[in-house]
Amino acid sequence: MNIHVLYFAKLREQLGVSAETLDLPDGAAMVAMMLDILRTRGGVWTEALAAGGSFRVAVNQELAEMTMPLEEGDEVAIFPPVTGG
Amino acid sequence: MKILVTTADFDLTTEVNAIRVNQPKVGAVVSFVGLVRDTNHDHSITCMELEHYPAMTEKSLQEIVVAAQERWQIIDATIIHRVGKLSPCDQIVLVAVASMHRHDAFAACEFIMDYLKTWAPFWKKEHTSDGAHWVDARESDELAQQRWTKPTQH
Repeated sequence: MNIHVLYFAKLREQLGVSAETLDLPDGAAMVAMMLDILRTRGGVWTEALAAGGSFRVAVNQELAEMTMPLEEGDEVAIFPPVTGG
Repeated sequence: MKILVTTADFDLTTEVNAIRVNQPKVGAVVSFVGLVRDTNHDHSITCMELEHYPAMTEKSLQEIVVAAQERWQIIDATIIHRVGKLSPCDQIVLVAVASMHRHDAFAACEFIMDYLKTWAPFWKKEHTSDGAHWVDARESDELAQQRWTKPTQH
């Protein structure tokens, strides 16, 4: 199952990537499991996406909880707490 | 309702006129303009970069205005948020709310700003004499937003 992942601001710079397509195995169709898969890349991925860390996840442009299910073609964005205004 | 994310500057008078002219029910307009300061935490700022998540930004701003409309009587509202490179003294954000009475306009304008600062996907990067760094989210902004989730007293 393919999802499109976007990274913004400080996270984008730390991870060195702004967008990628991620092939999730069957049974990993939830935000928390997607993050687990990204963390297995080690190094900065494990650090920047540490559980309880200060980042937010949006699924299809809506802020999402860790338990949010994911579907084929979803757009998932991972970003730091917002600082506009 | 006007929601705009743009690199261009805006004019307060033009935007206020747009939500009040020929609207005889409008008795109050409250507007807020946010500006780039030249210092933050003792750093001298030379310029500021604003990044956003285009697909989500206008949608989230619209949801914030709809949430305000559910709480107060709003006749019209405008949010303009600038992105890209800005300098000290530049305007960053405008929120303007038109309503029949001042209470709704004051409260809704503050509510929209508090939610914008904690929900809308914008990120500031400050360029200072010590180099560039991303601005950290402030707990005071989080607290400002959370007070709206408590029961209101009228």
